[in-house]
Amino acid sequence: MASCHAPQASFFPQISPPFSADTSSSPIVSCRFPCRYASLQVSSPSSGTFVPRAEEKTKTERNIFACAATASRLVAEKPAPTKKKTTITKEEGLVLYEDMVLGRSFEDMCAQMYYRGKMFGFVHLYNGQEAVSTGFIKCLKEGDFVCSTYRDHVHALSKGVPARSVMSELFGKATGVCRGQGGSMHMFSKEHGVLGGFAFIGEGIPVATGAAFKSKYEKEVLKNDKVDAVSVAFFGDGTCNNGQFFECLNMAALWKLPIIFVVENNLWAIGMSHIRATSDPNIWKKGPAFGIPGVHVDGMDVLKVREVAIEAIARARRGDGPTLVECETYRFRGHSLADPDELPEKAHYAARDPILALKKYLLQHNLADENELKSIQTRIDEVLEDAVDFAEASPLPPRSQLLENVFADPKGFGIGPDGRYRCEDPSFTAGTAQV
Amino acid sequence: MQSPSSLRSFCAAAKEMTVRDALNSAIDEEMSADSKVYLMGEEVGEYQGAYKISKGLLQKFGPDRVLDTPITEAGFTGIGVGSAFYGLKPIVEFMTFNFAMQAIDHIINSAAKTNYMSAGQISVPIVFRGPNGAAAGVAAQHSQCFAAWYGSCPGLKVLSPYSAEDARGLLKAAIRDPDPVVFLENEILYGEAFPVSAEVLDPSFVLPIGKAKIEREGTDVTVTAFSKMVGYALKAAEILEKEGINVEVINLRSIRPLDRATINQSVRKTNRLVTVEEGWPQHGIGAEICTSVVEESFDYLDAPVERITGADVPMPYAANLERMAVPQIEDIVRAVKRACSRSARGK
Repeated sequence: MASCHAPQASFFPQISPPFSADTSSSPIVSCRFPCRYASLQVSSPSSGTFVPRAEEKTKTERNIFACAATASRLVAEKPAPTKKKTTITKEEGLVLYEDMVLGRSFEDMCAQMYYRGKMFGFVHLYNGQEAVSTGFIKCLKEGDFVCSTYRDHVHALSKGVPARSVMSELFGKATGVCRGQGGSMHMFSKEHGVLGGFAFIGEGIPVATGAAFKSKYEKEVLKNDKVDAVSVAFFGDGTCNNGQFFECLNMAALWKLPIIFVVENNLWAIGMSHIRATSDPNIWKKGPAFGIPGVHVDGMDVLKVREVAIEAIARARRGDGPTLVECETYRFRGHSLADPDELPEKAHYAARDPILALKKYLLQHNLADENELKSIQTRIDEVLEDAVDFAEASPLPPRSQLLENVFADPKGFGIGPDGRYRCEDPSFTAGTAQV
Repeated sequence: MQSPSSLRSFCAAAKEMTVRDALNSAIDEEMSADSKVYLMGEEVGEYQGAYKISKGLLQKFGPDRVLDTPITEAGFTGIGVGSAFYGLKPIVEFMTFNFAMQAIDHIINSAAKTNYMSAGQISVPIVFRGPNGAAAGVAAQHSQCFAAWYGSCPGLKVLSPYSAEDARGLLKAAIRDPDPVVFLENEILYGEAFPVSAEVLDPSFVLPIGKAKIEREGTDVTVTAFSKMVGYALKAAEILEKEGINVEVINLRSIRPLDRATINQSVRKTNRLVTVEEGWPQHGIGAEICTSVVEESFDYLDAPVERITGADVPMPYAANLERMAVPQIEDIVRAVKRACSRSARGK
């Protein structure tokens, strides 16, 4: 692991084409334009309905377009492949469909439960962004790591955490994936490689980078050749202005860590539009500045996301280092359930609903019929009903749980007045000790 | 310079060791014993350590295990924490704990809280170490003592060694510990030599976390201190001995968990307490110790508890002002005399 030396050969010219030597088969378009900034009007939520106007270019838009134009020299633009279909099998298609339906239905159920008072605190829903989670996570294997933000329910579900465990956790019950101690924003599952669930934006990126570091360390220092785990960090557009993001791009590139940085650019950081907050809103461009390929993909199309994911994950597993993927996506609900739900571009993106798009694709290509898709929906509905019933019926954490799990070695609670470690006192674990 | 602890008769010291060497040997031995242990920080590798604590380690273990990081505390601390999630054992060195403020989000939110948030699934066996507190003439942004801040956070263990024996034993314990440990060293102490017994030099030597040490036994007043202030307290005790006041000096060693049992037991014997620390007074270590004693040993106190702390100001630069802003030996002497001459009822 070259820790001290700047990467010699990974600068811009060598980045094009992004991943594979076989340029004709790489479907990745590193920058597509006009990317959406060229056609968006800068608007704030309060300024009424938004209408995309492709023709009219204000000065801001022209500037953005100009930025995007110069970017093309940094990362090779491939012409959009003609007539190249993304081939997936029926099984793969149905797996993707089911996962997205699970994500959407789960989040809708969360909203219901929240308004009925079963869930509380901060709950951030993922509606609309399912293609990103499904597209990436379904390409991972067991042993790979996922690290997310507070908008983490669907990442956990895609990675394999049972719906029951996630729902229980949201209800704050002892059967939750974190025994009710984490909550909506802190989903951890060691078994499934879900590293959280972090409330502060940017916080998960170094943690994901650390997991990638560990993978590399195991291989190179501990000489464990069987290890080829990769790490995927999910975060939003607002995070891309945060220092930690850049720090990790630098170190991941420097040490060639097996990580994929996935930006879920849904244009809004609570009420702050990405364009108002960012000097250059093309996030994918920030990768090449550190010697990392930057890719922009339509995050409302699960098949396109999946293509990019497969390449980026393969690249990381090979040991070629990190990739930055910007997914253009959108959230159909407010930032959290406590926030207003009135973003201006909703209608535009609702028409690009990833689930409907995949459904249409599957039907058009005869990979599935209506009945199969309906039965998937029914099955998911049953899973969710069961999850809610399970969560309802589950007990609240017992009193004694309050002091548990603070330390892996609970001697950290110190020595009690009787001279013994407090954790050895039986009333400590019964929840009746005074600490 | 011979340290007061060599006056203790039953420690037949054959050898002296500086705190710097003690730390270096502790890291060296733990890295040799467990290949999952690695060191990362600014200048720890090729520069041999900003304070030469990691001297020779790059040469011995290679750049894969001794990592020079860019100047990105938040980033590399988070990377260290993330790698610890699944079982590596990083030692993250901060050039000083002042710089760790850029990483404090990860120390608290990703390291300290994760075992709890994940309900025990993911533990974080990481050590954060570096110099803490005032040095000499390094001014406001390089002189803060962080013991109180980290000491208030559940999920962390916070240690602060004084002697070479402390440094070796506590750092080894910290590296072996499955929880995040904040290890607060002191730059001035790095060069100070202390006698060490053969037991201390043994590679399996560890000290228990959460246990304070009675550096000097006494009968008239208890003085608690940690890190550099232990040395000052011991010197003050020598001065006071000549005036007939017999001081018991407790070296806390562990800020969190605090060894309340030892402190209270001592106060019940001496009936008077003076706490010494370099940090700021409000919400400081002394405040916590005082409350602990009031809660558990109120009836045994013959005088109000005295606190000696750093001045309630950002550290000034001018040498004379700096001297006034940190506790000196004469401050401790004065406080002890005050504790001994006052009684609970009236002055």
